[in-house]
Amino acid sequence: MMSTTARTLLKKVVDLHAVARNDDGDLLLYVDYNVVHEGPFYAFDGLAREGREVARPAQTVACADHYVPTTGRDKGTAGIKDAEARDMVERLRQNAERTRIVHFGIDHPQQGIMHVVVPEQGMAHPGMVIVGSDSHTCTNGAFGAFAFGVGASQVKHVLATQTLWVKVPRAMRIDVQGELAPGVSAKDLALAIIARIGMAGGAGAALEYCGSAVRALSMEARMTLCNLTVEAGARSGMVAPDEKTFEYLRELPYAPRGADWEAARSFWQTLPSDPGAVFDSEVSIDGSRLGPMVTWGTSQDEACEVGSRIPEPALIDDPGRRARAERALAYMGIAPGTPLTDIAIDRVFIGSCTNARLDDLRAAARVAAGRKVRIPAIVVPGSRTVKRQAEAEGLHEVLLSAGFEWRDAGCSMCTGSNGDLVPSGERCASTSNRNMEGRQGKGSRTHLMSPAMAAAAAISGRIADVREFIGS
Amino acid sequence: MEPFTLLRAVAAPYYHADVDTDELIPHRFLRKPLAAGYGNFLFHDKRRGAGEREDPDFILNREAYRRAQILVSGPNFGCGSTREGAVYALRDYGIRALIAPSFADIFSANCIQNGVLPLTLSERDVRSLCDFLQAQPGAEITIDLPAQTVSTADATTYRFDLERSRKIRLVEGLDEIGITLKHSQDIERFEAAYRARLPWLAPARGTS
Ligand code: SF4
Repeated sequence: MMSTTARTLLKKVVDLHAVARNDDGDLLLYVDYNVVHEGPFYAFDGLAREGREVARPAQTVACADHYVPTTGRDKGTAGIKDAEARDMVERLRQNAERTRIVHFGIDHPQQGIMHVVVPEQGMAHPGMVIVGSDSHTCTNGAFGAFAFGVGASQVKHVLATQTLWVKVPRAMRIDVQGELAPGVSAKDLALAIIARIGMAGGAGAALEYCGSAVRALSMEARMTLCNLTVEAGARSGMVAPDEKTFEYLRELPYAPRGADWEAARSFWQTLPSDPGAVFDSEVSIDGSRLGPMVTWGTSQDEACEVGSRIPEPALIDDPGRRARAERALAYMGIAPGTPLTDIAIDRVFIGSCTNARLDDLRAAARVAAGRKVRIPAIVVPGSRTVKRQAEAEGLHEVLLSAGFEWRDAGCSMCTGSNGDLVPSGERCASTSNRNMEGRQGKGSRTHLMSPAMAAAAAISGRIADVREFIGS
Repeated sequence: MEPFTLLRAVAAPYYHADVDTDELIPHRFLRKPLAAGYGNFLFHDKRRGAGEREDPDFILNREAYRRAQILVSGPNFGCGSTREGAVYALRDYGIRALIAPSFADIFSANCIQNGVLPLTLSERDVRSLCDFLQAQPGAEITIDLPAQTVSTADATTYRFDLERSRKIRLVEGLDEIGITLKHSQDIERFEAAYRARLPWLAPARGTS
């Protein structure tokens, strides 16, 4: 089957978008979509200062997500108490109106987190190059797009030229065989992969997730998996498009229709890596052996299965890793050797671009049904679309009667830029993606886990094994 | 952009792995205008404790390193978010070069965009440089970008690699958009062919 022309999915997408090449072999890639949130206002300021125009306004999408409040949304921008946060949302609106880019603003019925809105609007297609002002833009890789985050200067570059200079990443294959056990989700798989390859394990690479366990994942679960790719140091993660991808896209607002749909579909079918395509490196994982994962430290590779104990830093050989683990445990206020399930939790956040889609809320509601939370717990849907879908299924009633708060869409407690913060010293079970010191607020302590595990923590008031809740 | 050629400056040793962008600048400052002086927010929660009081032990608060323009650190420096504010904070503080065994991809791209040199040396060299800087607090070192060397007063010289395009951009202080716009015709030609091949994308559908 070996063939010299066999190409990886990544290579096919990169070849399709290459406009020019420089002496170092970096490519000038054409960008299909450029997605921004309130953060990179510097890019718009810079563009205006330099007297440049947005080259392709219909290919830039602005989402108000980081600074929008999750309560009192009926008042729109006026409902934002903090003047600086209000200014961020307002500035995005002004920049969007001035440059005529697509805008999902605070009042928009489809408003939500950029990495939730773009896929659910059908903007992310297989084979696209998508960049965004947030590192979790790699979420769109679930569709077989080459998608990655960029800083404000590069956003500005894309605004001005619709292209970007890119160092083509190495192709790394993550092969996950077997079947994930009940209670084990894409989040657990992603945390297990990061724990295995390390926070810089994917540096300079684009990961392609393959294997039966990946094929079995829903589109939403694939988005969770790709979302966390950046936490392994890789810029981009991809899953080859298949029937699930096409079914998900069909009829979405920005998906092709009619004859275009058929043409697009046959093109998309040519994208998966050819048999015999060579990857620069490969990692195999047995998905059937994984359990629910929880982070115990302040980086995402400091994670272990819920049934285990906190590692003893003294037993870590590498002096750098040992020092890091010691520092992490001191910050987290946990003693080595403590069973994870002995750790009491102060509050719970179910949300973020990692885990706030319909599947995630269903998983949380299944655990919450007929039970009561012991600690403050908020559920923040990833978008207003997700919120409406969840309400149509009655998920909000299940969650509300269990004592969860049911909020409006946004990034919320993932970074707390809208004011939804974890108070200093408090310990939060969170479905988000980052657990570094101060991520959810100065002095906050974060344990990352899946939505079902976070719901179980809310009900137990401590870290709990969700498998004891789902009657396996 | 200010060209980067020869830099002789105080270097601060801060050898930690995975220094992330949240540590470099906490998210809550990213809503400030650049005029607020992002240098004040650099390592904010490490530099300052309760009531904004300075932590006297933090490296940049020590007298010898206050005017550091070079920071020497551990592998995977700048991991985490895309926030360019992390580089604005370094730059505004006065840091013009970073030395580490490796940098996070997005972060190093952001550095280049802002005239900050992300310089990689082997882990061994970085550690020996840190040892030197710890033994001689406040010592200056010299980075010669055209020659691709770092040298210390004890006459140790380290060579480093950097892609040619990045080097030229830093040395000449070139603006990337300007470079790209020389390819305007290529972009237009590409776009026409691309849209003909994938007609369902053209023109990119509606606005909301
Ligand atoms: S949910 Fe968190 S990680 Fe995702 S875009 Fe928002 S702030 Fe960034």
